[in-house]
Order: sequence, then structure tokens, then C-alpha cells
Amino acid sequence: MNCTKCKTKAVIGLPRHNAAFCKGCFNGFVHDQVARAIKSEWMFGKEDRILVAVSGGKDSLALWDILLKMGYRADALYVDLGIGTYSEQSHAKVTKFAEAVAASHGATLHLHTVEQEAGAGIKELAQLIHRPTCSTCGTIKRYQFNRVAIEQQYDVMATGHNLDDEAARLLGNVLHWQEEYLDKQGPSLPASVEGFAKKVKPLFRLSERELAAYAVLNRIDYIVEECPMAKGSKMLQYKEVLNRLETESPGTKQTFYWGFLEKQSKKQPTATTMTEKDRAVLHPCASCSQPTTAEVCSYCKMMARAKAHSTS
Amino acid sequence: MQVQLSHPARMIEIKGPKKVKDLLRELNLVVEAHLVIKGDDLVTEDEMLYDKDQVEIRPVISGGSQAEVEAKAEQKPPTDSSSTLLKPALA
Repeated sequence: MNCTKCKTKAVIGLPRHNAAFCKGCFNGFVHDQVARAIKSEWMFGKEDRILVAVSGGKDSLALWDILLKMGYRADALYVDLGIGTYSEQSHAKVTKFAEAVAASHGATLHLHTVEQEAGAGIKELAQLIHRPTCSTCGTIKRYQFNRVAIEQQYDVMATGHNLDDEAARLLGNVLHWQEEYLDKQGPSLPASVEGFAKKVKPLFRLSERELAAYAVLNRIDYIVEECPMAKGSKMLQYKEVLNRLETESPGTKQTFYWGFLEKQSKKQPTATTMTEKDRAVLHPCASCSQPTTAEVCSYCKMMARAKAHSTS
Repeated sequence: MQVQLSHPARMIEIKGPKKVKDLLRELNLVVEAHLVIKGDDLVTEDEMLYDKDQVEIRPVISGGSQAEVEAKAEQKPPTDSSSTLLKPALA
């Protein structure tokens, strides 16, 4: 198999694009897809300060790498969840990348350790407050990334969600006819109210396999192991189904998700409605001032319960 | 050839010569969800692998916590707080 562009030996075939690329041309393809995503969704410009949410996985580290190489001002935040050796390993991967790659671009890595604030790791914390671990994890990560983005005055927060993530989430929403969530499935969410950072997903045009290939080819040392808390998740099942369809009919995932985005973009008032809806229901948390629909946000409630337990 | 697999991590022996796509098919693995790595390089599906080769078949799917959070939130309409109503995506 030869590279579609330069005709040298290819390292990866991309059936959905009816193409194959050598390493150099593949990197060019990846950067081009990210550039198209940023431009088409008005994500950010070269002067904007970006906060990348990194986990130690392939997608977030690849995103940080790509943005830095494209000349963007991108720092990152890692949230240490305290999941035993899994967190130790992912923390080490992030630190290694920050020192070996990001530092030479003048980028900074911020760190938040759940155990330091809550007095327990995520698993223990979830048990303490009687909530599923993944749900607790989501609340903490969303809260901390938004907090750092606002406090450190970043213009936008970027996450490593890829085409597979978005297609699987869309499939889940459609299977359950959760139409009210579709408005929030775009790759660029505005800072709808004061206290919320703008959020973007610059990798939405790239598949999970393409991002793993980018990480391998560019020697990005990421954590291959899956989070032990995620085993058996519904999203993994949706992804498996979509990948079987993709293998039989290349382009299925992009047709599904990009087609959805195209339809959404034709619904004129969507962005305004979403912002208006947020403004109507959100106000500052009485404890921390981050936007919430309740008097005290779920993060502060969670921390209050954790602290009450640790002192009892 | 020696084939390294993940989840759980293990090593198996497969008889060559064999094309990458046939190796994946024999192991009932979907191309779209895996990369095949020989040494430090990726190999394409049409490449031939021989008995002397050592390869890693690396799964590329992750679907971790954030995605699951959203799936759960989607099944249960939010009652308060930013955690479900706003659910900004993280990866």
C-alpha cells in the first residue's frame, strides 16, 4: 500500500477517505483536519489562550501536541483522580509529555489532585456519597476544568473528544430519543453565562484509530490501559457497534455525526436558544459562584458531604 | 510470529506468513478498532507478517468515564446543578 499523496510506502490506510498515507503526509492530514475543525466552528484564534483537558490518554495528549505544533497558545490541566496505579501511570505520562514536548513550546501543565481536596480518591469518594464512580468523576472534572479556565482567564477550554466519541454519544441519544440533549452535541459550545468557559472539541473530524496512529507515529507515550472504572460502559458498546458498521461501510461514523451537525446548523436559532435557556435557569452557586440551577452546585454539595464524613 | 494483545495483556503465537488483515480476522478483531505495530512502526492491512516477526495489536477504543457520565445523564433528566444540565464534554 503506497501513500496517496507522495507514493512512498504507506503506514496507514484510511478507507473512509479512500486514501493511505506515509508518516509525513498522515501528520499533514491530521493537522489539516484539526485546522478545518477550528475554522469551520469558529473555535479560537492564534492569540487566544487555550486550556487543554489532558488525561494521559491518546486523544488529549495528541490534541495538546497538535495545537502546540500548529502554533497555538495551549496549556493543559490534569486532574489526578486517585484511581490507584491507573492514575499513577496516567499522571506520569502527562508529566513526561509536559516536560519532553510541551515545555519546549513554553506551555504550562496545571494539576489538580482530588485526594488533596476531598481527602479520598474518586472511588472512595463515590462510595461515600452513594453515587456511581463515573458520575462523580464527570462532576469533578467538569468543575475543575471550568474553574481553572475561569480563574486563569483562558479564552477557551479544549477537550480531546473525537469522531467516535461524538458518533457514539449521538447514537446513545438517538436510541433513547433524548432530543433535548442534541443541542449540546456540537463541537463548539459558547460561554453561555458568566462563570462558564467556552468549550470546543477540535478533534471531532478525526477517528479514534487515526488519533491512536498519530500518537504512535509521533512517539507520544500515552496510557493504553482503559480506565478500570469504565469497563462495560454503554459508550464502549455503542463504539463497538459503530466500528463494525464502519469496517463494512467506511464513512458510516462521519456520515452519521457530520450529517447531524449539518442538520443542526440549518436550525437557525439553536445557539441563541441554548444560551437563552442557560441564562434563564442558571445563577451563581451560593458557595463557589460557579453557575448552577440549584442554590448550591452539585460539586460543592459533594465536597461538603465528603468533608462532613472525614471529620465525623 | 509472536503477537502481543491487550485487555488483558498477553502474548500468543500465530503461524505465518500471514497478511495483517488476515491476522486480525483470525483473531476476530475489527480493523477500525485496532492498530498493528511492528517494532516502532505501524503496518498496513496488506502487509505480510512472517514467523520471525513480533507484533503488537493495540486496541484504540477508549470510552471512559466522561462518556459514561453523559450516557447516564441522558437517561435521567437533570433536576439540578451544572453536572447534568450543562455537561460540557471532557476527554
